[in-house]
Amino acid sequence: MNIKDVQDLAELAKLELKEGEAEQLIKDMEGILAYVKQIEEVDVPNIDIEYPQRNIWREDEIIPADFSRDLIVEQFPDAKDGFVKVKKIL
Amino acid sequence: MMIDLKNLTIEKAHKSLTNKEYSCRELAQAYLDIIKEKNTELNAYLEIFDDVLAQADEAQEMFDRGEAVLLTGIPFSVKDNILFEGHIASAGSNILKNYTASYDSTVIKDLKKAGAVFLGRTNMDEFAMGSSTETSAYGITRNPIDLTRVPGGSSGGAAASLAGDMTLVSLGTETCGSVREPAAFCGLVGLKPTYGAISRYGIIAMGNSLDQVSQFGKTVRDAEIVFESLSRYDKYDSTSIKDELRKEMKNKSMGSAGKKIGIPWHLFEDGVEDVIMENFKASVEKFKNAGYEIVEIDLPYSKYSLAAYYIIMPAEVSTNLSRFDGVRYGTRVEGDNIWEMFKKTRLAGFGEEARRRIILGTYVLSHGYYDAYYNKAWKVRHALEREIENAFTKVDFILTPTVPVLPFKIGEKMSDPVSMYLCDIFSAPANLTGIPAIALPSGYTETGLPMSIQFMAPHFREDMLFDIGKKFESLR
Repeated sequence: MNIKDVQDLAELAKLELKEGEAEQLIKDMEGILAYVKQIEEVDVPNIDIEYPQRNIWREDEIIPADFSRDLIVEQFPDAKDGFVKVKKIL
Repeated sequence: MMIDLKNLTIEKAHKSLTNKEYSCRELAQAYLDIIKEKNTELNAYLEIFDDVLAQADEAQEMFDRGEAVLLTGIPFSVKDNILFEGHIASAGSNILKNYTASYDSTVIKDLKKAGAVFLGRTNMDEFAMGSSTETSAYGITRNPIDLTRVPGGSSGGAAASLAGDMTLVSLGTETCGSVREPAAFCGLVGLKPTYGAISRYGIIAMGNSLDQVSQFGKTVRDAEIVFESLSRYDKYDSTSIKDELRKEMKNKSMGSAGKKIGIPWHLFEDGVEDVIMENFKASVEKFKNAGYEIVEIDLPYSKYSLAAYYIIMPAEVSTNLSRFDGVRYGTRVEGDNIWEMFKKTRLAGFGEEARRRIILGTYVLSHGYYDAYYNKAWKVRHALEREIENAFTKVDFILTPTVPVLPFKIGEKMSDPVSMYLCDIFSAPANLTGIPAIALPSGYTETGLPMSIQFMAPHFREDMLFDIGKKFESLR
């Protein structure tokens, strides 16, 4: 992993890097990846990755909640007329 | 009146409250007094709720009306990632510094119904990422047993609040050892229940396929009481397990006599401190003398469980933490446009370890590395599930030390992430496979530091863990 890789990952993850952070992250990643890489040597039976976990859906119906819309809106860092407010996207 | 908080248990408190030896208010006040005395130094609690005595009075009314249950009036501390309506839940992070919960998590709702008294919210590693409570944005927590050492983590504040007699019971969460490891470091019992046993609704997520609400107790019985009052199907949590499936899973191991203990000795060859190994062997000897059959088992995939965990968990973390962007809750730092705002908010809001895991998770999920890391880790996880399932056809329990090291000094492991991660090496199999596990205090070193052993049992066999845990308490 090089500086460019870390910068690309940070861009994907919407992280602004501090000064010197990219270098530190490379060092940390080297250590962590060296550790997790040991799974490469594991000989696993050829399992189909059929994930046993699956999404559990619920019907899209209105059910009463024990909290109000207002309480949720109150937590928005910025709101207008009950909607989230952010700077222009397009 | 003086209440002996050190030796207090849920049942003792319940008996005293029933017999009117003291009131719910007096019990809560006794804990508030200790908190006032100790918390500045320990930093176990981030906040003491302002309505503790009012809660205690309501609990008292339940007693007076004859409606009290075992948990009525029992003081609890709550980890900072568990939503309690009208109170801040910051997950130890700056990004949620001012986030007030809009609703109760299911666990809080159930405990409220039982009349439990919530004293305050406890410190934790940021978003539960850490094994020492040193990554919290709100300062470190000290170990009440030795103030120069960490209490473990991520539920370190929870553990310290209980070990410091600043609460009677303590609620934490686990993704990989976050209750068992601090339990070991603070001389407590820590239970990680079966995945899906206790609702995760209203818990700030870290790794959804691994997270589970978990509890500390001073005794096995205390952990059992809390588990039994919280374990139920919850329709608001899609990973909560329905009653029929619970029964089916439990039935698989109903033939177990609960007398055969398997030990994967080969996992302890490297990295376990000598004093812990000696203590472990002494504990094994006690079970042998008490009539348990001890057999060696081979768990070749378990050796890779922590490596697989450190791929799967960051992948889930990078996804989960993407929702903290300054739009719907928490802190916002404005920028010239929305992308700048995301980045500045996440720069101000996330600490070092959170950022490290976001980068790692983004990396293992990225094109070109996905197969080598994420898919391979899942294959290992499947193989591990089969391995553990197979082991439980031969033995009733799997026994390991809880943590390979003693509680370490504050700051000792902060510059070396991998050495910190290795604290949870024996925790990973239970979280990856969803089986329950319990950490049990197994004595102290000559210098007074606590040690701990861990039992794992088949899915939904917490009952077996409580049985053997109580047995161990009687052997000490």
